[in-house]
Order: sequence, then C-alpha cells, then structure tokens
Amino acid sequence: MSFRKHTFQAKDLVAGYADRMILDHISLEIPSNQISVIIGANACGKSTLLKTLARIIKPVSGEVLLDGQPIHKIPSKQLARVLGLLPQSPIVPEGITVADLVGRGRYPHQSMFGTWSKQDYEAVAQAMEIMNITDLANRHIDELSGGQRQRVWIAMALAQQTDILFLDEPTTYLDITYQIEILDMLTDLNRQFGTTIVMVLHDINLSARYADYLFAVRQGKLIAEGRPSDVITSQLIKDIFGLDSTIIQDPISNSPSVVPIGRYHVNGTIPTTGGKVHVR
Amino acid sequence: MIMKITLSHTITAETVEWIRAGRISRRRRWLLVTGILAFLAFALCAAMLLLGNTIYPVRDVLAVLAGEEIKGASFAIGTIRLPRMLAGLFAGFAFGISGYIFQTMMRNPLANPNVIGITSGSSAAAVFCIIILESSRTVTSIASVIAGLVTSLLIYVLSRGKASFSIGRMILVGIGIQAMCNSMITYLMLVGEEHNLPAAVRWLTGSLNGVRMDELPSLIVTCLILVPLICMFNRPLMMLELGEQTATSLGVKTDPVRVLLIISAVILAAIATAITGPIASVAFLAGPIAVRLVGIGAANSIPAGLVGAVLVLAGDLIGQFAFTAKFPVGIITGIIGAPYLLFLLVKLNRRGDF
Repeated sequence: MSFRKHTFQAKDLVAGYADRMILDHISLEIPSNQISVIIGANACGKSTLLKTLARIIKPVSGEVLLDGQPIHKIPSKQLARVLGLLPQSPIVPEGITVADLVGRGRYPHQSMFGTWSKQDYEAVAQAMEIMNITDLANRHIDELSGGQRQRVWIAMALAQQTDILFLDEPTTYLDITYQIEILDMLTDLNRQFGTTIVMVLHDINLSARYADYLFAVRQGKLIAEGRPSDVITSQLIKDIFGLDSTIIQDPISNSPSVVPIGRYHVNGTIPTTGGKVHVR
Repeated sequence: MIMKITLSHTITAETVEWIRAGRISRRRRWLLVTGILAFLAFALCAAMLLLGNTIYPVRDVLAVLAGEEIKGASFAIGTIRLPRMLAGLFAGFAFGISGYIFQTMMRNPLANPNVIGITSGSSAAAVFCIIILESSRTVTSIASVIAGLVTSLLIYVLSRGKASFSIGRMILVGIGIQAMCNSMITYLMLVGEEHNLPAAVRWLTGSLNGVRMDELPSLIVTCLILVPLICMFNRPLMMLELGEQTATSLGVKTDPVRVLLIISAVILAAIATAITGPIASVAFLAGPIAVRLVGIGAANSIPAGLVGAVLVLAGDLIGQFAFTAKFPVGIITGIIGAPYLLFLLVKLNRRGDF
C-alpha cells in the first residue's frame, strides 16, 4: 500500500510577538508519513514552532512550504483538507453533542450550506470508530472524562481527513494510561493511513519511544534533529533542559530513555553512553 | 480530494446510521422549534394589530391592511398599531440576532451590544440630541446610529493590544466606555429642561410608543440585507465558536469573517436602537433562550432573531394591557432579564469563569 507523500518544509522561519522574537531562523523538513516530535524545555518556542508550521501564527520572515508552495498562498479550505491541527486547549461549546463536534471536522470538505454527503457520514463514522467513541455519539461533550474528550477532539481532526496532522501536547492533563492510549492510536493512524504526524510532547521518554524523528529546540533555535537513538544523548538533555542525566535503553521499546540525575538518591554507577548529536 | 476511506479500516453501516439518526432528530427539533417560534411571532403580530382601545374585527383589520379606508380603524391600525407591530418585530429580530452573534463569537453569555457599548453610545448621543439640541426624531435616530458605530469602532481600536485582538479586553473596554456614556447621560438628565426629560427617559427605557411608519424603512431594509448575509456566514461562525486555532485549521479565514459578522451585528443593533431605544435584555436573553430550545449543534441565528421578536412583541403587549398603567416594553423585558443575569452571574462564578 502506498501513501500520499508531501514535502513540508520551513525556510528560515522567524516568528514571535511584536517585542519578542521566539523563533530564530529555523529551517527544517518534516519527514513524510512519519511521526515527528518537537522537544524542548518550557518556553523554548516549540509550541510557537508548531503553530507557525500549522499556519496559526504568521512568521515575521521566512516561509512554510507545502509541496513547494508557500502555505499562505494556498486557499484556506483547500489547505485545511491537507493540514490539520489539534490545539493544546481546544474550546468546547457548552452542550454540543459528540457527533456534531466530530462532524465539524468536515467543514473544509463541505459547501456553504453544509449538507452532509455520504463521504461526510463515512468520514465521521470512521473517525469515531478509530477513536472508539461510537457509543458516545449522541452524548453531550461536557459529560465526558478528560481522556474521552481528548479522543473526541482527535476524532474531529481525523474526520477532517488530512494527510498531515499537527498536535500541540495531545497528552497533557491525562493519566498515564490515557497518554499511552492516545499515542498508540496516533501510531495506528500513522501506520494504517500514512498520516504524517507532528506533535509537541512534554514527556521526553514517551517522545523518544513514539517518535520516528525528533526536533530539539532551545531558545528558538533548532539545535538537533534526527532519529531518537541518534539524537538523544546526555549532552543534548543537558543542552535543552540544563539537566544531568544518563541515557539507558528502554527495555520495552529499545528506544533511548532518559534517567535524570538530581542532587539526591544518586546511588548507582552512571553508565557511559554513546550516540551522535547532530549539532547545528 | 483525499479519500482514505477504502483503506484497511471498514466502517460499519450501523455507525453511519446511528450518526445519521442523531443528526436527523436534532434537525427535526431545529425545524420544529423554529416553526413554533415563527408561528408565535406571527400570532403576536396579529394580536398587536387586533388589540387596543377599540378591538376591531379581523375582517376590518385585513381590509385596512389591504388598503381600504375604514373610519377610525384606518387611523388606529394603519398609523398606530401597524408601525408599532413592525418596529417590535424587526427591532426584536435585530436585537436577538445581533446579541446571538456577539455571544457566540466571544464565547461569553455576558457579551451583547450593551456590554460592547454600542447601545450606551447610541443612548448618550440620543439624549444629547433630545435634551441639548432639541432636535427632531429623525435627527436623533441618525445621530444615535452614527454614535453607536463610532463607539463600537472606538472600543475595537482600544481593545486591540500589541500582540492581537482579545475578547476579554474588548468586554472590559466596553464596560468602561459604557460607564462613561452612562455618566454623561446622567449629567445631561440633570442639566436638561424639564419638558424634554420624558422623551429622553422614554428613549432610554426602550419603547415602541409613537413609532411612525416613515421611520421604519431603514430598519426593515437593513434587516432584509444583513440577515441573509449573516445566515451565509452561519457555518464559519459555528467554527469560530471552537476557538481561533481550531477555526483556522478548519480553513476559516477568521479575521475577515469576524469583522464582517461584528459589523453586521453592530449595524443591526445600532439601527434598531435608533428607532426603539435600547430595549433592555432582549439582545442578552434571545441567544441563550434559542440555544436552550434548539440545542447547540445547529446554527441558531434565525431562532435567536425569532426569540428576540417574540420577547419584544410579548413584552409590549404585556406592558400595554396587563396592568392598569401602561409600561414601555423595555421595563417589561428588563424585569424578565434581571433574574436571568443574576442566575448567569452565579453560574459563571461557580464555574470560576471570572
């Protein structure tokens, strides 16, 4: 089975607010049909980078290119059929039903009058089945738990049927069980449909496990990128978080796992680690 | 454009049916509620024409509407009751729909043309015209429309910060401007000539008394142009309700849509205010009542407009006939609105939205 491929690049992005620049000349290319995760400390600009890529923030200079075309030149509805975003804290209109909310993801595919076609129904049904929320279809969203809500939001983004999906911290505020559940579902999506996924995650170890490709950001600059096993080193963790650590192999996934070293409870011996850092 | 449906995941027909059934039942509810509201508005319009000091038979009322001259009835119905009814219908609709747009777009049940300062700007200008300039009704109306538009523009400019437009800031700036306008109104009332005060008070309360036929075309034409335009933007408005980021990623051009809807809502509120005065609470109550009746999944601008019309017409009938004294409609709707405002404040406070 072959997936639709896109090239998605950022060229020399500078973005931020009037008095404070947050992104400092970032250039990158998102690997098509893979899961990329942007990592970095709080306020390093990772969320700004994601929002600039997902055209929520207009860059001050530089541009974002989809298949070689600047995204601000692509008609907004047409772009919305290729590029989706799940914001960090989406706003729920009080009293809306799950099916209606998921259905709103069909907006870029519908005409002005919003009549539902067969494809619309099927896309919504499919999104709800993938996220396992079919039973909740006619429930009000305010009655749901945090984990269920997050699944509804992702289902809405799925109903949009975009080839590229951006997610801004999709696992924040969720219990560990739901974090794993959401990340597994996103991996399903990537494996089954070839959806290119780009997300910001807080947890470095889950990032290393679930990402095919990592982008590390510090103070608005891209300081490293590559496959987790190539990129994650104790030096990189020191660089982005200012934290001493040792890197071990996650016994479950064989991906690198960061074990932090604080001032207390340092009893064992610290193994030395290899790994290359691609420093820019 | 992108069809991934045929890939490995098969969709069960049951799920599609289940979703379709839910949608159809919500759609039916929308049609039913909107139909009932339209019927109610129609019945109230009929009552406005039939009831009065003299109750004319339906036959006479229809004859007058058809253009026949009937002694007594022609004056009472054609000159007094018909303009009153039309003003109530269209101003109510305009207040309702404009309030709904503000509340939905700002995602705040407290947002309405009052809080945004449009009506207070209009009122201050109108009171100035009545008390200081002693100008005619027409001049007063025009001045109040212009003042309403200028006030809302001022609020919009002041609430645009360095980074971006903020809804919270707009509401706060609106409350500030409203306070300034109100203090100006109070000052004008204190220095005004006594014989001008009743007109000013009637204007401030919101009333359908003394509306003349020749004042109405501006309101009716504005409604006939802007209401269909607003309906065309119902779906982008529903997406805006999900927040700036989600709306953008769904392909809504948020800035032009927001500006267009705000301008339409402001013009509707300003023109309606110029003719009837700021009828209290209608813009504030109509949206939530419509949403409660219809459910939130659908676009509710038309139901909200109808609820607005029903509130104004019913309020005016109650004010005219329920008590021994006659009250302007604004007093009745104000009495209905106050408990709801309190309820809302308690609810928002409990939820921690302040």
